[in-house]
Amino acid sequence: MKRIIVVGNGMVGHHFIDQFIQQDKMAEVQITTFSEESRLAYDRVQLSAYFSGKTADDLMMTSPEYYDDNGVQYFVNDKVVSIDKAAKTVTTAQGRIESYDKLVLATGSYPFVPPIPGKDQDHCLVYRTIEDLEDITASAKESKVGVVVGGGLLGLEAANAIKQLGLETHVVEFAPRLMAVQVDDGGGKILRDKIAALGVNIHTEKNTKEIVKGETCRYRMNFADGSHVETDMIIFSAGIRPQDELARSFDLTLGERGGIQINDQCLTSDENIYAIGECALWQGRIFGLVAPGYQMAKVAVDQIVGSGDLAFTGADMSTKLKLLGVDVASIGDAHGNADGAQNYVFTNEADQVYKKLVISECGKKLLGAVMVGEAEDYGTWLQIYLNDMDIPGAPENMLVPPAEGGAVTMGVDALPDSAVICSCLDVTKGQICAAVQDGATSIGDIKTITKAGTGCGGCSALVTQVLNAELASMGVAVNTDLCEHFAYSRAELADIIRVKRIKTFEALITEFGAGHGCEVCRPTVANILASFWNDYILEDDHLGLQDVNDVYLGNMQKDGTYSVVPRIPAGEITPDKLIVLGEVAKKYGLYTKITGGLRIDLFGAQLHELPEIWAWLIREGFETGHAYGKSLRTVKSCVGSTWCRYGVQDSMSLAIDLENRYKGLRSPHKIKFGVSGCTRECAEAQGKDIGIIATEGGWGLYVCGNGGMRPRHADLFATDLDTDTLYKYIDRVLMFYIRTADRLQRTSVWLENLDGGLDYLKDVVINDKLDLNAELESAMAENIANYQCEWKTTIESPEKLLRFKHFINSEESDTAVQFVEVRDQIRPATPAERAGQIAVLEVS
Amino acid sequence: MITWTPIIEKEKLTPDAGVCALVNGKQVAIFFDRKTDKLFAIDNYCPASKANVLSRGLITSVKDVLTVSSPLYKEHFSLTTGECLEDEALSVPVYAVRITDGMVEVTA
Ligand SMILES: Cc1cc2nc3c(=O)[nH]c(=O)nc-3n(C[C@H](O)[C@H](O)[C@H](O)COP(=O)(O)OP(=O)(O)OC[C@H]3O[C@@H](n4cnc5c(N)ncnc54)[C@H](O)[C@@H]3O)c2cc1C
Ligand code: SF4
Ligand code: FES
Repeated sequence: MKRIIVVGNGMVGHHFIDQFIQQDKMAEVQITTFSEESRLAYDRVQLSAYFSGKTADDLMMTSPEYYDDNGVQYFVNDKVVSIDKAAKTVTTAQGRIESYDKLVLATGSYPFVPPIPGKDQDHCLVYRTIEDLEDITASAKESKVGVVVGGGLLGLEAANAIKQLGLETHVVEFAPRLMAVQVDDGGGKILRDKIAALGVNIHTEKNTKEIVKGETCRYRMNFADGSHVETDMIIFSAGIRPQDELARSFDLTLGERGGIQINDQCLTSDENIYAIGECALWQGRIFGLVAPGYQMAKVAVDQIVGSGDLAFTGADMSTKLKLLGVDVASIGDAHGNADGAQNYVFTNEADQVYKKLVISECGKKLLGAVMVGEAEDYGTWLQIYLNDMDIPGAPENMLVPPAEGGAVTMGVDALPDSAVICSCLDVTKGQICAAVQDGATSIGDIKTITKAGTGCGGCSALVTQVLNAELASMGVAVNTDLCEHFAYSRAELADIIRVKRIKTFEALITEFGAGHGCEVCRPTVANILASFWNDYILEDDHLGLQDVNDVYLGNMQKDGTYSVVPRIPAGEITPDKLIVLGEVAKKYGLYTKITGGLRIDLFGAQLHELPEIWAWLIREGFETGHAYGKSLRTVKSCVGSTWCRYGVQDSMSLAIDLENRYKGLRSPHKIKFGVSGCTRECAEAQGKDIGIIATEGGWGLYVCGNGGMRPRHADLFATDLDTDTLYKYIDRVLMFYIRTADRLQRTSVWLENLDGGLDYLKDVVINDKLDLNAELESAMAENIANYQCEWKTTIESPEKLLRFKHFINSEESDTAVQFVEVRDQIRPATPAERAGQIAVLEVS
Repeated sequence: MITWTPIIEKEKLTPDAGVCALVNGKQVAIFFDRKTDKLFAIDNYCPASKANVLSRGLITSVKDVLTVSSPLYKEHFSLTTGECLEDEALSVPVYAVRITDGMVEVTA
């Protein structure tokens, strides 16, 4: 058995270890890993997601249990400080000595901080680890202005982060443009304009001379050209340096400018020591991306326990990312350095889009590309580049599709089986197709079987295309029929009902369905009808369709009694109304509880009591809370700027307004809102379908969050909105959800299944990609105009009240309903208690 | 001798929904299916959820068998035989129902 020590448990170190586990090779080795950090490997690529709500736990790539289960020995908070190459041992800071047969250095890199006087003060930070992010968050709480030094990829990510934390944000860059490595002059200009338009201040060609005490802020940064900027905090993101300290101290060959030199087998100058990931230098190059590191890990594993045939042959450094919401992509030779290369450039200043193709002298091959502002074609172009394919048609038509004859597209069919679709996990088109042949039918299946798409996620669009193309070629049609009575999906039925203006279930099933209907299609259709037309749900035509709770406008409890839930918009209630609730509950002997949604539920009402209770409540100014419906439930709010000393906007008024605007809106599933008065987020808005967080500049909108069974953090949708725009966006998002979601699909799952995801939703709602917004808004306006308190309508119609009795032909009540007292309130008697073995309360 | 108990005028029934009647101390769930214009009567007690609630369930057809789905946990009971489609061990009594001069009558 070989003893292997892995120094560093970062992304690549973990991937290396995981290869043994995945390949069932753990019996041949004894692995020990040391991490200088306080936790095991986490997803550094997704680090910035920490600021949009991901926790450290969410980012973890492994766990102590996983390592324990698979027999991996690990030590966190323990740095390896020396290597004895002759004795083949390492020593750690805590004094542990371990021996190895093979040593693997996966020590990554560290942020470079330029030697500027004043750089070591408090609130001067870097951006690399979870601890760094915690420091940044803490510092932001005491700061108003933040500067990021460095306008590269990571610098812009850091700028995004502090902007999200609510700071006035500046980027200081030494070079004349942003992202100088990946983007050319033309692209850099558009990128700069776009980012400046988002309210980030950009200072290029600035050489910071010193950091001194400031006048309006904590610090002042003086630049070589005599100008300065004042700031409370600074993040240095001026590049990374390979962590080669160990190799340097213990005589492994390094590159001239650092980096542990490796050969094609990932071996260092010592035959028992490998180096992989960002610390390794191959043919004079460091690879600052995770995919090449993963390839090195694979090679090293193969060297230690495999055939030894694999070799590292360099890696493609093409990237696509979203920086502050701006799409940026770079492929191959972005600067057009090759001999005879010809550039084709497209600039659209109005829409702020820049694209450049670098084409070979022969005019057939793609050598490189830059895209800013729009990067939809990235996947296709990358494949053409990586597979050395001929470009389809004339280069200019790739940039701007000709008016006649449609766009020059290249379906995934054209790709060879060897094309690498997911570069993070090195998965080819052939592997994905094979998985489909073996029965995979969803993107989830593909992820589980091939692991494609589980890294940076950048390939998911392409993976889906390959999946769908393969399914189509196998003749598999996915059955989305609602039930045996309708050969349509919920979204299709919604379209039919809307376009044909169908108003009843009878009309729909006669023309578009078959049979009687069931408890799947009937409530679904009732719900769609209510979403669009908002008629009274207990009309004769609709009543027989409604779900159990809707028929009696209350939630049926386990003993057949109901709960009564009046609306208390945003949880604000006067003492007088509070007293009314108490009196009602006391009179009818109801169990009373305050819910998580800031309202009060009264349990144990019998059918015949409901009309009297509601008549009383309505007289006192209450309305139905729709707790029984698939509809808007509650808008949870904090008091905001009216009372709270931190509040920056009046979250209370907004929440009440929102609740009144959308109350009664029926939707595929229940909808919850949250509104917080500042970024402290006391209302937990990011766990809601629609979440709103106040900022100095207006409102930040978050969408598609969820608590409940499968919690999901809401995604940031737009920032600094004024109230009108906020309402418009919410109108559109909700109506689009109502139109396109599946039956009983929460917004979270809907978004996850929406083709194109969050970006697509933004495109529809913000950019009106489908030319639909006017329609969505007017549909919402129609729904709002038709709002009624269903209980008010019901108590005013005597014939409807007939049904609110246990017996249609008698005034008696159900003798089986019996209660037991617990903590001075009632609860339903159990069957044993009812059978008389245990005493129960008499009820009237 | 069979005695028929008059319950309610048929025109007062809501189509495609159920009501509960008290007949000789028994709780009877009566359903009116509009499409076939037929009436059905079964016991109101749901043996699965142990509550008197079947009249408040949704009328549904499961592969041509007309059933009521119990409101609490959604078991299906045949409106004609009283059998539970999910659990052979469970069933509910079925009662006779007819219309005389526009009046719904049951025996139980
Ligand atoms: C904000 C951010 C965004 C990024 N975005 C992307 C992206 O979009 N796409 C992409 O491909 N890449 C991205 N990267 C780069 C990517 O994270 C790295 O390429 C990857 O993490 C490299 O993995 P590694 O294991 O080599 O190094 P690391 O993940 O840095 O792990 C090295 C570990 O070794 C530990 N260590 C070092 N020395 C010792 C020692 N002597 N003893 C014990 N432990 C030690 C370190 O503390 C560290 O935990 C991003 C990086 C950052 C910071
Ligand atoms: S989120 Fe919390 S801190 Fe901020 S305004 Fe509301 S209650 Fe105050
Ligand atoms: S390319 Fe990163 S997950 Fe597939």
